[in-house]
Amino acid sequence: MKNSLGNRLWKIITSPSRMMLTVGAVIIMISLVRQYTGISDITSPGAAGATIRFTIPILMAGLGGLWAERSGVINIGLEGMMILGTWFGAWFGFLYGPWVGIFAGAIGGALAGILHAILTVRIGIDQAVSGLAINLLGMGTARFLSGVFFIGKGGDVNISPQVEGIGTFTVPGLSPFLTEIGSKHILVISDVAGVCAGFITKINWASLVLILALPLTAWILWKTRFGLRMRFCGENPVAAESLGVNVYRTRYIALAVSGALAGLGGAYISVISTGNYLEGQTAGRGYIGLAAVIFGNWTPAGVLAGSVLFGLTDALRVRQSTSVHALLLVVITLALAYGVSKFRKKDWKGFIIGLVIGGVVLAYYLINKVVPDEFVTFFPNLTTILVLAFLSQRLRPPAMAGAPYRKGEESS
Amino acid sequence: MKRVNRFFWALAAPLAAVLFTLIFVSIILLMKGANPLSTFQLIASYGSQPENLVAELNQTVAYYLAGVAAAIGFRMLLFNIGIDGQYRLAIFIAAVVGGATNLPAFLEVPLIIITGVVVGALWASIAGYLKVKRNISEVISNIMLNTIASGLIIYMLQPGRFGLKGGLSDNLATPTIPKSGWLPSLHIMGGELYSFAFVAIAVGVLYWVVLNKSVFGFNLRATGMSFRAARASGVNAPRMVFITMALSGAIAGLTGMGELLSHTHTYSLAFPTGYALTGLALALLGRSNPIGIAIAAFFWAFLEQAAPALDLNGVPKEIVMMMQGTIILATVTSYEIVKRITRRQQQRLVGAAEAPRVDADAKGVKS
Repeated sequence: MKNSLGNRLWKIITSPSRMMLTVGAVIIMISLVRQYTGISDITSPGAAGATIRFTIPILMAGLGGLWAERSGVINIGLEGMMILGTWFGAWFGFLYGPWVGIFAGAIGGALAGILHAILTVRIGIDQAVSGLAINLLGMGTARFLSGVFFIGKGGDVNISPQVEGIGTFTVPGLSPFLTEIGSKHILVISDVAGVCAGFITKINWASLVLILALPLTAWILWKTRFGLRMRFCGENPVAAESLGVNVYRTRYIALAVSGALAGLGGAYISVISTGNYLEGQTAGRGYIGLAAVIFGNWTPAGVLAGSVLFGLTDALRVRQSTSVHALLLVVITLALAYGVSKFRKKDWKGFIIGLVIGGVVLAYYLINKVVPDEFVTFFPNLTTILVLAFLSQRLRPPAMAGAPYRKGEESS
Repeated sequence: MKRVNRFFWALAAPLAAVLFTLIFVSIILLMKGANPLSTFQLIASYGSQPENLVAELNQTVAYYLAGVAAAIGFRMLLFNIGIDGQYRLAIFIAAVVGGATNLPAFLEVPLIIITGVVVGALWASIAGYLKVKRNISEVISNIMLNTIASGLIIYMLQPGRFGLKGGLSDNLATPTIPKSGWLPSLHIMGGELYSFAFVAIAVGVLYWVVLNKSVFGFNLRATGMSFRAARASGVNAPRMVFITMALSGAIAGLTGMGELLSHTHTYSLAFPTGYALTGLALALLGRSNPIGIAIAAFFWAFLEQAAPALDLNGVPKEIVMMMQGTIILATVTSYEIVKRITRRQQQRLVGAAEAPRVDADAKGVKS
């Protein structure tokens, strides 16, 4: 049994190449869906570009959540930190130009992150209470400051004056070539070309800079001494302290970075996406970032996958609501495939779950023409609940994330 | 003497928090070029006008119920941030049921109220189930459930499903509940006080009695204090956690019911959001004590009612929101600090009482 063909095959699939296989399978599936439904916007360069714009704020918030939770502190205040980022970004962007604005957004978020650290690490109040109060405070502060600064400068209590844009770049030669292929509707090839064209056409310089936070986070957390210590603090602060790690200081730094990342996400929304601050424009993306952390199983690559998934649905909803409907076919296929794989393992419960989900979505697909906007809006949240409910055995959050820790006291 | 000391420290925390908040807000006001003293005076005088007082009381009732819902969770160390979604889904479905039926008043009103309670409890029990069976933080699941609840409500409120285009306002709303489902209001001080206030008082009394005088309440508090100890002594602790979450949701389902039954008679998106945060803040401020929560709820409603007066006088009314956020943080912080001070005092007392004996022991060893 151990060396059976199936087992060997399974090993190949679960090896690092499994990732490539999965990605390839998803691309082929999307390509087939595009061909079958005739909705070509799914893999158009425009959709890919929009996905990047919608993904980056979620990714930034998600990475912020990752930093905080890996160090052992849950950061529910991401939303408030993002709001501060949007405000600071827009105001300083208006005064000194967009790059200064983005930097200021990071500072604004980091300040809130440090406040969160003082309250939860130094004083030791409940992490959820502090996070929620920071959300309230962020919202109130942004509103208050808007009333003070924006009026008379071309803004109002809930809108800032316009910030000038940041230039974009397009890879010459390659971009038009890929776009050309993308418009030919050849199975798979056009789709890959279309998406790639989207990644190199009219990409905002800020997008390129901010996306660097992802490899940087992965490198710091897994390849440096500080990162190791930080993850140690999240897993077992008492042991970390006993081995000479300064848990308090590590968590201070982690939360400051967490806030800065969330602030960057906010500043991206206000400076790049809309070009000005609008009240409520973060629309709960801080919470979606939190969802991406869970979806991504507390790893940078996972956070990226979650952010792209949530950003993609957001982008498609805004561009063309029929695209989301077409993507239901992918969901149906995945659910049925899950069911079949469970059937082969004689896991009847999983089989039925896969079958039922696939069947319900299929029925919905056949009856309706579009997916209502409201459903798409809470898609990330629903996904998170389902992941938590069905895959919680596979999830591995930092062991002590959220638990209070005081130096010299036994953890309860 | 000892009792006075304890009393002093119990009051010190909230007082310190309020003081800190006043100073913090004063600094902001001074930076804005407004006079803090006259601003606070303005808040006080505007808030205590009779017609505003009644509005505050009505708001207090809603906040109070949200606070009690949060407090029930706190007793179990549960952080029910889902009150928002629970309350809105509950009121929405209660309004739909009320609008679709036309029973005699003695049936119609209880039907609407019970619908709200049941829906709130069911929605909360999703988070309770995930907590008990899958060990998932109720904070995360409830945050997600809140968004899902709002999405569902907006979807179902579309014309052709359960919603209508409102007559006066342009808001989408559920069909109006027939007259038999209306609760009268009391006319006092030139305003209309919803009679649902009495239900809220009853809930407060019930909360106190059940928690402090019943076996169930004892089990609940025991589980909250130590999950493992309660389990060891025969309490079905996971079940208690689940029930507490559902109970908290049930009370959350009553939040806003007064407005529905006595004022709007229809659910629209104009119903306020953010009750979860308010409820949790009030439970923290009132230390999960029914009277404490009531006082805190009134204070909160008072501040909010007075906010528009600030705008008229050149002070941005958002200062109230910042005040609320600061109060939450200051209260929790000062409770934490006071807890540590009193613990140190106790340790010192114990140390002083034990010292002669330890000394004697030490001498005994020597000789």
